Amino acid sequence: MQFHEARLNNGLQVIAELTTGVHSVGVGFFVKTGSRDETDAVSGVSHFLEHMAFKGNDRFSADDVNRIFDEVGAKYNAATAEELTMYYAAVLPEYLDRTTELLAALIRPALRQDDFDMEKNVILEEIGMYDDQPMFVAYEKMMQAHFNGHPLGRSVLGTKESVSALTSEQMRGYHHDHYLAGNVILAVAGNCEWAEVLELANKHCADWPAGEASRVVTGHQPHRGTFLIQRETSQQQHVMHQDTAPDALHPLRAAAELLSVIVGDDSGSRLYWELVDPGYVEGAELTYQEYHGVGVFRTFFNGQPEETESNLGRVRKVYEKINREGVTEQELAQAKSKVCSRVVLSSERPMGRLESLGNNWIYRNRYQSVAKDLAQIRAVTTSQIRDLLAAFPLAQTTTVTVGPKSTVTWK
Amino acid sequence: MPGQQVQTIQLPNGLTLLIEPMADVQSAAFSLLVPAGSIYDPPDQAGCASVLVELLVRGAGELDSQGLTNALDNLGLQRSESAERRYVSFGGATLAENLPAALRLYADIVRRPHLPDDQFEAAVAGSEQTLLSIEDEPRQKIMVELRRMCYPDPWGKPSEGSLEGLANLSMPTVKQHFQRCFRPNESILGVAGNVDPAEIRALVEDAFGDWAAQPEPAYLSGPRGAYRDHIEHESTQTQIGIAFDSVPYRDPDYYSAWAAVGVLSGGSSSRLFTEVRERRGLCYAVHAGLTSSKDDGRVLCYAGTTVERAQETLDVTLQEIRRLRGSIQNDELDRCKARAKSSLIMQQESSSGRAASLANDWFHLGRVVSLSEIRGQIESLTVARLHAHLEKYPPQDFTILTLGPQPLEVPNAVS
Repeated sequence: MQFHEARLNNGLQVIAELTTGVHSVGVGFFVKTGSRDETDAVSGVSHFLEHMAFKGNDRFSADDVNRIFDEVGAKYNAATAEELTMYYAAVLPEYLDRTTELLAALIRPALRQDDFDMEKNVILEEIGMYDDQPMFVAYEKMMQAHFNGHPLGRSVLGTKESVSALTSEQMRGYHHDHYLAGNVILAVAGNCEWAEVLELANKHCADWPAGEASRVVTGHQPHRGTFLIQRETSQQQHVMHQDTAPDALHPLRAAAELLSVIVGDDSGSRLYWELVDPGYVEGAELTYQEYHGVGVFRTFFNGQPEETESNLGRVRKVYEKINREGVTEQELAQAKSKVCSRVVLSSERPMGRLESLGNNWIYRNRYQSVAKDLAQIRAVTTSQIRDLLAAFPLAQTTTVTVGPKSTVTWK
Repeated sequence: MPGQQVQTIQLPNGLTLLIEPMADVQSAAFSLLVPAGSIYDPPDQAGCASVLVELLVRGAGELDSQGLTNALDNLGLQRSESAERRYVSFGGATLAENLPAALRLYADIVRRPHLPDDQFEAAVAGSEQTLLSIEDEPRQKIMVELRRMCYPDPWGKPSEGSLEGLANLSMPTVKQHFQRCFRPNESILGVAGNVDPAEIRALVEDAFGDWAAQPEPAYLSGPRGAYRDHIEHESTQTQIGIAFDSVPYRDPDYYSAWAAVGVLSGGSSSRLFTEVRERRGLCYAVHAGLTSSKDDGRVLCYAGTTVERAQETLDVTLQEIRRLRGSIQNDELDRCKARAKSSLIMQQESSSGRAASLANDWFHLGRVVSLSEIRGQIESLTVARLHAHLEKYPPQDFTILTLGPQPLEVPNAVS
């Protein structure tokens, strides 16, 4: 594994972790923009723009884009989140040039009006699809409620109304302000030479406009409360909690990752033994999510509606015990085994490394090897977990529930 | 693909062990298939295999439930276990040095589970929760029900069982299922990764070698389901499921069938994506895939769309499926080949992908197909062969299921 980095004159950051030990190469553009960078007037534009990117530019039509990705046998996709929009592909090394050319074209799309009008239908269908998924409905409400007034409270998809009202001029403006070379990272992982990466970056991206987009990063006091969305036809009650956790630069990040595994992994965790093993719920998990300036612990479970209050009490009991007593050495060692094995398994494929490479640069502006990842996880102590719990005690601060119940009261 | 070597070892008790060493990875993975899946559920107690799987990991060998989970977790094993139709399937991946210890634990799980009586209710409750969660996921629900309609019984039944079946289930039935069905003959263990084949072979012979063979249990067969149905459901979108007959994995025509479905729905330049989503903006999700039991192949198509666009979506999707006959172009086949080539090469980066393929190949074909052989098969495809296949197995007699607020009209001409 060899790491390289460079910056083009226009500010595009190029990073690569290269090896000959794999068969494929992953390449991706990570754009530092997402729903948190939007305004009310353009809610949903980051995600809609990600779709529009695939409609091509003056050289490549939408059909060309779809066709060429298939011709090179690419495994590719794009994703939009609160803080990031990414476009990526894994291909055999001989197709890296063609694939990078195409991905680069996506970053500077034509945004044609007829494509815009047609794709709007697809976005509205996507919103409809998620509307039929209770856990996603809970997630949307959770982000809006917990981060009320904070940029992270903005919906990635937007609403039917906001997307319907969006114009292509507004999208052009957003693209002009956010898709600047200094706001983009080109990341490459896998079987390839550094000289080739540099050549491709210069060939396909050197004429992009320079500049960076600013982002206001602030901390946040979460909004407490319980929010109920009644869906009478739902068979289960879906419940989500969210509370504050370390942000992306916090020294206790690795501890937070391990705590989430101890408390809320899908097997053998505290929530597993308390809720899943006895059959009270279908699933219960706690995850740790880092953002710029803030982080969250997010818990979710789904079970029989009539058991909801009891389940909420069981979750509270798990939280209180761990806040009071911390975790055992044995639990921590086990969580480390799980996380280290996951890191190694995902690193075996260039796509897995690409994601880690891009995320580390977006959030921490630095490279971290697999070995460093593993060392950081192995170095966490039970006393650091106690420090973490003292600063970020687990709590049912913001609660959202979706299901047939008309009221939910507990405590 | 050069250098790929698979060892096949037949234990005297009938267990097949397949080992593929992979030098470039640090991990190792296994896939263990035991022929004890949901087709063997007593007809009035559907869900028996699913509850058995819940119970198998609640203590085995020397370890109680918590001890066993801890032991597996300490090995960093990323694992899954589930009742499928023919098999109960166990899979796991971890750092290569931990795989031998994991395999020893699985020998306990499949041979010496405690099946504790006091865990029965919790296991049933867990299975009930799984069934209820499918009800809240319309995209999953439609495919479960489509499969039930288009495959003959018991191959179409959901492997999760039914709420009625679970209500009838008793612990003695679950134990009987274990005693009757768990056996080494016809079980398959695929292992892939950075392993020493001699060490794995010795370990498996030691841990599974004295597992006694048993006769294959019987199961009841029945007819397939209806060709048309609608499930009333209050939702934003209408879900559309379409199925038609194709060929199973072991059929000489399989790769032609695979490529024909690839032209229909294999990538973003495929026909369904282009015509239904890109040209008309009718859907976010529309796709079709070839699935195979041992004897029957089916193409299963899915589209989800809001109520007012649902009729057009169904019409256009059916039109595209019917248009396939005689219309495939060279460049469409070339793109299928390119995607297949890249998938095959990238499979060599995934120990769990390879372990699953080894076991799956053995089940369907009784041998492991090398990646080079698959590549040869794909390279040899021609448009003429795809067209000949579609004449022999034309997409017709569609099974059509909708789920949503309103039923749709299905033109008679298409069925």
